[in-house]
Amino acid sequence: MLEVRDIHSYYGEAHVLHGASLSVAKGEVLALLGRNGMGKTTLIRSIMGVSPPNVRAGAITFKGEAILGLPPHLIAQRGMGYVPQGRRLFPSLTVTEHLTVLKPASATHGWTVAKAFEFFPRLAERRYHRGNQLSGGERQMLAVARALMIDPDLILMDEPSEGLAPVMVQHLEGIIGQLKAAGLSILLVEQNLYSALAVADRVTILETGRVVHEATAAEIGDQPETLTRFLGVH
Amino acid sequence: MSSLNTFQLLNGLTFAALLFIVASGFTLIFGLLRIVNLAHGALYLLGGYCAYAMASTTGSFMVGILAAMAAVAVTGLILDQGLLRFVRGHELRQVLLTLGVGLVLNDMMLVVFGGDTYTVPAPEFLQGALRFAGMFYPKYRLFVLALGVLIFILLWVLLNKTRLGALIRAGVDDPETIAALGINIRRIFLLTFMLGAALAGLGGAVGGAFLTLYPSADAEILVFSLAVVIIGGRGSLVGAAVGALMVGMLNTVGQVMFPEFAYFVIFGPMAAILAFRPLGLFGRTA
Repeated sequence: MLEVRDIHSYYGEAHVLHGASLSVAKGEVLALLGRNGMGKTTLIRSIMGVSPPNVRAGAITFKGEAILGLPPHLIAQRGMGYVPQGRRLFPSLTVTEHLTVLKPASATHGWTVAKAFEFFPRLAERRYHRGNQLSGGERQMLAVARALMIDPDLILMDEPSEGLAPVMVQHLEGIIGQLKAAGLSILLVEQNLYSALAVADRVTILETGRVVHEATAAEIGDQPETLTRFLGVH
Repeated sequence: MSSLNTFQLLNGLTFAALLFIVASGFTLIFGLLRIVNLAHGALYLLGGYCAYAMASTTGSFMVGILAAMAAVAVTGLILDQGLLRFVRGHELRQVLLTLGVGLVLNDMMLVVFGGDTYTVPAPEFLQGALRFAGMFYPKYRLFVLALGVLIFILLWVLLNKTRLGALIRAGVDDPETIAALGINIRRIFLLTFMLGAALAGLGGAVGGAFLTLYPSADAEILVFSLAVVIIGGRGSLVGAAVGALMVGMLNTVGQVMFPEFAYFVIFGPMAAILAFRPLGLFGRTA
């Protein structure tokens, strides 16, 4: 589904990603882990084609086609959904408008506004509210629902559990599980290790812009040394 | 005395309506593209001259208006795609570039039309005065007032009730995110720029029939438009309407009651508003 090979990304002259690679298979949830400032968001932004950062070397292929260098809207239209860090909803749009303003990239999974409201009943109740009038959990639901509107094959989620109450984090884990069951591939950036392990098939750990460890979610639970070393978990 | 006051009130309102038409285009471009388009005044004047030339030759005011809007929209297209695209994201360069384009356009119009004063010929049914409430008032100015209200309604519906409007608002809020969600925001930007330019052209055509056209009219309308947008808050349609009303009324009050301080009456309150609301009355942080 997604292959990232040896990419080097820069913010100005600051070299942030030093040859990072990862891959997400069809229908798989890959958790991208690492401490703050290790380049997780930079990697997500590099895949999405959002600038900055600038990607100066490497290759990114999505569904077999090279996408590195394409503008973000063309990458999205190929079926890549994006849940940015901090939600980044549109304060002047209502909940409904967040969904209707986007047009579908394809109809493979048939995500419509009606289906999104069925999936997130809480959003349906709040359909006339504006993005900045929602609770933290509702905002995250809307950010996910919005990403679904382009009918993606893969969703990039940048720290969706950030700032959510534990009960909402659990709810979010349930949603990610349902999306996976519906056939979506997901690349999930997480600070919260246990939340990531609850939903991920595999994990990739970033350390100062390099991939330093890859394992299945089941394996990594039994590797306390790795967790301590790269994630500071004791 | 009271009829005199009503007359002045209407003058202020009609001037506000014209200011709104011009400033709504300015605020759209400023709000969405973050470009302070200092060529907006020159686009206004260009629209005025186009309307004058077309309306005089064809004898149709409507043709003049449509030609002005089309010509200025195309000028906006050339300005955006031919020049502004090379300085995207550099606000100071955009300001200097549009200032330069404004000066060049102004000089070119001086070459073509000379320094004489022109008036766009208004159609016959809008000439003369209407008698109501015990006074006579020029029909044409009432037409401008109605047009200003109509443009406000049309823009409001466009921005709030259509998908294009939702796209424009999303682009104002967060252009990076809307692009990452599959929208070619550059195309929306260009459409908005052309729409904003067309509104300047419309303003020139309409204003050219009662304020007259002359070589420095561009700078005057630009300063007023800046005041409207600064008071109202960038990118806000309601802000532009309220700002235009304030500037239009203050301008009239200033000219009638404090002619020595006519500019101060406008820009004094503007400075006071900025001191307490730096983003304008209806402005929001990006």
